[in-house]
Amino acid sequence: MSNSTSAEGTMEHAHRDDAGSRLGMWLFLFTELLLFSGLFLTYAVYKFTYPDEFHAAAKELNTLFGALNTIILLTSSLTIALSIVAISRGQKYLSIFFQLMTIAMALGFMVNKYFEWSAKIGHGIYPGSETLQDKGHGQTLFFGLYYTMTGLHGIHVIVGMVLIALMTFWTWKEKINADTFVRLESAGLYWHLVDIIWIFLFPLFYLIS
Amino acid sequence: MTEENTQVEKSHAHGYGHYIIIWFALLILTGLTVAVAGLNFGNLTIITALAIAGLKSFFVLKVFMHLENEGKLFTLFVYISIMFLVITLALLFADYSFLQGR
Repeated sequence: MSNSTSAEGTMEHAHRDDAGSRLGMWLFLFTELLLFSGLFLTYAVYKFTYPDEFHAAAKELNTLFGALNTIILLTSSLTIALSIVAISRGQKYLSIFFQLMTIAMALGFMVNKYFEWSAKIGHGIYPGSETLQDKGHGQTLFFGLYYTMTGLHGIHVIVGMVLIALMTFWTWKEKINADTFVRLESAGLYWHLVDIIWIFLFPLFYLIS
Repeated sequence: MTEENTQVEKSHAHGYGHYIIIWFALLILTGLTVAVAGLNFGNLTIITALAIAGLKSFFVLKVFMHLENEGKLFTLFVYISIMFLVITLALLFADYSFLQGR
């Protein structure tokens, strides 16, 4: 158990605390939760203030797009979880495959988002647009929150893609291996949080019509 | 050393099937939340949607985020933090909906 063991195989373990690393990641995730909670609170207050306007505005959103993106994110959450199982069993290439699948689905999510936002903007619905001003306060607030919250979430998806790509590189280089994969676990935790936030965004924006 | 190693192994004792079952359950719950949204329960609609979202999050937290494999103290820490967040949100929801009703 001595840390000063100089045998090569054991050096790597010397100052390792995987549970501590994961706890650190969880602490960071709480700050992310608080960030989004503030926005969810804002949403709740305006939803109660303008129930009919929110109801009408939500009709503009395409439930099919939202549901499809939900399925994509849930599946990507599965593949990143499977990549951890794979690496823990020493199946390097299978793990890389699952990580690449996750990145591909994240990309798919963003492509959907792009088409969705373009359609909205095409219909003249964007912050400060005349169409929106004619619709009044309630709908302006709904779409303001829609762009802010899905936009901030989208940024998180992009960050997640970059993070997972880095993990794929490290797995390739065998810096992440069957013995040392806490970094992949932390990236996975981040990705699951992005998924959880979407789990709440989806019904609140797409299903309240 | 051995302690750490066993912990790492223990935390990944689950196989692929375990995760695939949870993924399937999450898809079914997504279908359910879309189906339920079509019905009109009045105020209960949003509460039902949030309840299903809560259940889905619980599955993600427990299984995908490996809380089921972490130590007791670790899990307690996470759940207590989430509980405070839920209390804050729930009280605000309750307060605001009550004020609106008057």
